[in-house]
Amino acid sequence: MSRNVLVLADVRDGKLRNVSLESLAAARKVAEGGSVTAAVFGSFAKDLVDPLAEHGADKVLVVTNHELDQYTTDGYFAAFKKVIEHINPDVIFTGHTAVGKDLSPRIAARLGLGLVSDVTRVELEEGRIVFTRPIYAGKAFVKKVFKEGTVFATLRPNNIEKGEADSGRKANVEELRVDVPADLLRTIVKDVVKKSTDGVDLSEARIIVSGGRGVKSADGFKPLEELASLLGGAVGASRGACDSGYCDYALQIGQTGKVVTPDLYIACGISGAIQHLAGMSNSKVIVAINKDPEAPIFQVADYGIVGDLFEVVPLLTEEFKKLLAQN
Amino acid sequence: MNILVCLKQTFDTEERITIENGRISEDGVEFVINPYDEYAVEEAIRLKEKHGGEVTVITIGPERAEQALRTAMAMGADKGVIVDIEELEEEPDEHTIAKILAATIKEEDLAFDIILCGYMAVDDGSAQVGPRLAELLEIPHISTITKLDIDGNKVSVEKDVEGDVELIDSSLPILVTAQQGLNDPRYPSLPGIMKAKKKPLTRLELDDLDLDEEEIAAKTETIDVFLPPKKQAGKILQGDIKDQAKELVQLLRNEAKVI
Repeated sequence: MSRNVLVLADVRDGKLRNVSLESLAAARKVAEGGSVTAAVFGSFAKDLVDPLAEHGADKVLVVTNHELDQYTTDGYFAAFKKVIEHINPDVIFTGHTAVGKDLSPRIAARLGLGLVSDVTRVELEEGRIVFTRPIYAGKAFVKKVFKEGTVFATLRPNNIEKGEADSGRKANVEELRVDVPADLLRTIVKDVVKKSTDGVDLSEARIIVSGGRGVKSADGFKPLEELASLLGGAVGASRGACDSGYCDYALQIGQTGKVVTPDLYIACGISGAIQHLAGMSNSKVIVAINKDPEAPIFQVADYGIVGDLFEVVPLLTEEFKKLLAQN
Repeated sequence: MNILVCLKQTFDTEERITIENGRISEDGVEFVINPYDEYAVEEAIRLKEKHGGEVTVITIGPERAEQALRTAMAMGADKGVIVDIEELEEEPDEHTIAKILAATIKEEDLAFDIILCGYMAVDDGSAQVGPRLAELLEIPHISTITKLDIDGNKVSVEKDVEGDVELIDSSLPILVTAQQGLNDPRYPSLPGIMKAKKKPLTRLELDDLDLDEEEIAAKTETIDVFLPPKKQAGKILQGDIKDQAKELVQLLRNEAKVI
């Protein structure tokens, strides 16, 4: 059964996010011969056509209103609703990102649709699309299907493999006009304060270096930041570190906080309370560094070093530097 | 100011999950107010303390969920509404829950200037019900807020956007969803707990609401619940700490192939 699939491209700072390419891979899989359309919003939208085409979009709908350069719920809502009505898709995917989480439920409510959010796996079984998603922050998983209506899902970054770019692949480009009058926007973004380290977002980071109570102070995060920055990764934290005021709650990983699945998770001075493990134990490779050999974090770690993080982390940074210098 | 808070009772985050007969077992589980909803309750009480008014807490859930409302009332909420949907034949989804909440607010004539919800529940983690409810009530919403100021009709918030902060202005009526960092929820005081027992609580069943089953029927269904595969015990490195660091980097490169 072929399906027409719509993917909303997720753009941050004018750049296409990886999750959009991952969504295109999922879209191609479930299209089964149908057409895949990507929609992209903002005055820069036309610049993003090529990567969308190269990763599987047959058609790219661009909405170039400058009012959509900054995400607002009402602005994106108007544009996305118009796109959906224009395409009339069988399946809709967005990222499970700040944009997708804010917009998709609202669109689903307006159009009377179901929505399966935070999907980590998309499969076809007996002609149905089956979504796997974590519950209890990954302590368990469920498989979900649609009983009726348009299939609609938000996909978690970093879980579905994006396809290889096919540089020869082209898409039909269509421009859609959307009215975004000022009085449509009931929430106004006055300013954006950038806080994320080196622009690497926790939910999309391939490598995370994370600190717990063992870092002892805000300054204690410095060696972790150095290692993360060397590896192009992001810094995370346990609830213990956040509650102690060593870092911002935005860094918290766990059942409260963010759930992450990087390729490499380096836990420094984190004991491994169950609420933290829920947020990171599905990482592909886990390294634990802790003074206490009995710390529960070692039970989920692939590699462990029993030692003082303030001694071990700088040594690791040094060794990584050597390794990276060889290449 | 009329303040509504929608909350859900969830497992304590320290609970382990076990599956029995294809369902998550509730045996011996300790229940709490969903931590994100607890921020919403706290913020609602602070708004009331500052601006005056009334805080109503609403939940959908079985009888045990009344305890979550009583806790919120012990913190300072004024009254509660619990909707029991046990008679619902099929498993509800987010579409169902948002519809029931909207119907409850409309039919119980719950006046509101602001509605607060947690941005997600730590059990299902779908982060849908807040924005859905705002759409059904035709009011704007701002999700994942970490700071809230209200001055007259004017609303200013700080919104967490994956680590960055957006400063957003809007106006009442509005729905906001609470992100961690919004506040530090208070513990109920003993007099608070005593008072909460006498605060008004409305119990509703689906039949009390003007909804037909078809309209609220779930659009999605769960076909399997399973635990993640158990991780094999890993390798604890030995020897001189410098050599361990060197070995680890080599292992990450050559064995795990993540660097």
